[in-house]
Amino acid sequence: MSMDEKTIRKVARLANIEIADHDVERIGHELSGILNWVEQLGEVETENIEPLANVVNIELPLRKDEVTDGNCAEKVLANAPEETQGFFVVPKVVEQEG
Amino acid sequence: MAKLIQGETGEWEMVIGMEVHAQVIAKSKLFSGASAQFGAEPNTQVSLVDAAMPGMLPVLNEYVVEQAIKTGLGLNSKINNTSVFERKNYFYPDLPQGYQISQFEFPIVGEGTIEIDLPDGTTKEIGITRLHLEQDAGKSVHDQHPTKSFVDLNRSGCALMEIVSEPDIRGPEEAAAYLSKLRMILRYLGTCDGNMEEGSMRADVNISVRKPGEKLGIRAEIKNVNSVKAVQQAIDFEVARQIEILEDGGEVVQETRLWDPAKQETRPMRSKEEAHDYRYFPDPDLLPLHVSNDQIESIKTTLPELPDEKKHRFMNEYGLSLYDSSVLIAEQRRADYYETVANDNDSKLAANWVINELLGILNKNETPLADSPVSAAQLAGLIGLISDNTISGKIAKDVFAEMYASGKDAAVIVEEKGLKQVTDTGAIEAVIDEVIAENPDNVTAYKGGKDKLFGFFVGQVMKKMQGKANPAAVNEILKKKLG
Repeated sequence: MSMDEKTIRKVARLANIEIADHDVERIGHELSGILNWVEQLGEVETENIEPLANVVNIELPLRKDEVTDGNCAEKVLANAPEETQGFFVVPKVVEQEG
Repeated sequence: MAKLIQGETGEWEMVIGMEVHAQVIAKSKLFSGASAQFGAEPNTQVSLVDAAMPGMLPVLNEYVVEQAIKTGLGLNSKINNTSVFERKNYFYPDLPQGYQISQFEFPIVGEGTIEIDLPDGTTKEIGITRLHLEQDAGKSVHDQHPTKSFVDLNRSGCALMEIVSEPDIRGPEEAAAYLSKLRMILRYLGTCDGNMEEGSMRADVNISVRKPGEKLGIRAEIKNVNSVKAVQQAIDFEVARQIEILEDGGEVVQETRLWDPAKQETRPMRSKEEAHDYRYFPDPDLLPLHVSNDQIESIKTTLPELPDEKKHRFMNEYGLSLYDSSVLIAEQRRADYYETVANDNDSKLAANWVINELLGILNKNETPLADSPVSAAQLAGLIGLISDNTISGKIAKDVFAEMYASGKDAAVIVEEKGLKQVTDTGAIEAVIDEVIAENPDNVTAYKGGKDKLFGFFVGQVMKKMQGKANPAAVNEILKKKLG
């Protein structure tokens, strides 16, 4: 499978990554290589086989509903480029998505 | 009660489905041990998991899983033994992970159904498509600075249940009834507080219109509809908008729109085209969730009597109408109050007093039932006095007003004020004779055919007896005397 320019630009936008125009072709070539490599998995016959979530036989670990964490606003905000009164401060965004 | 809208080209039917986000009642978050309580100082209830620091791993809260199962059972839904958490990818400043952990292909709860009560006294079944668990996002504050937004991650990672209905809803009243019933069920179950003002329950409404019998139209999704009233208003606006577009020969665009309560309109969100390209995939940090049938059965035994069960029991056991029953079951506390009053009393009389008198005055004073100055046992006492003819229904209303003001028992007030009903026919007869003697003209007129004057005589007798005469006895004796 090879990726055309339009797909490359769309994937970049979805990933919030900026790609310079002169890099598009090179990246497209690299990504196509990766996809082709992964695509070899398609040769394996998987009809009627349940997806395997994990190779070891363990169950999803669960925790009790107890408050054991938090109260570390300083740590949480330590890497924030900007903060005020305990809030992260970011360029204005108006709309809600999701 | 499928409401049809008359347009210029004929009648239109609206097709509505709802997605409700309900915050799960739990002490801690879905995947971290930070507190899920509302209202703390910004970013104080955030663990490094919620802040999406590299290397942090989510660990599922077992109580939240139980709450979701409980809710699924309350919605008469199928509980899935296996469900899978997936990543829903999008960028927003209040979503530090860059994805929301949600469930997509395999939700924890599958199809079910709830019964809604409509204003015209009928009921309708609304299908539930699914319920899945997901993380809430943080909160952005936009009005503190001209060019910046402030982000608080306290809500980030709190557990939400997204409850999706089938597109079975056909009008604003049905949408309101659906939302009210859903909220009632969640409150009975104790799985969500249903508080729409604080945002612990939020609704998105999917709306399309079609000519009756035709295939489904293109829908718009309306967000930011945060009260039962707003849901109705948003539907009214959006339906009118879509019909106008279609009747002018245009096409409805499939899009997400925001409800603006100030302007009373919906408007498109300026979203980018890829806003809905979420690229779901199973979260590699989380294994599939398995719940056993034993676990489901044991949760089933903890369910309270649900609103609809209670409603039907009230109709059967107490002989109440659908309307009265649905009013009484609206809150668990109200239903309990009614049952205390109805115990040992005429159940229909009890329903009338609770609904018309008690709830009437509480609503007028905006007092919650929990703070009612008249307890259920006290109201039961008052109704007992009516039933055994100690006081008349009319006097009872005055006694009730006094009980509400003073908190005293009905029997005490009746005693203190000497309000005991006079059933002594001799005493009543004496007063009636007086009234007849004082109003010879009216007696003649009555006998001459002016039947309406009967009420006048009753009124005069009651007035002389300060309303304490037994009304049935007064009527009987008066009829005899006026012959």
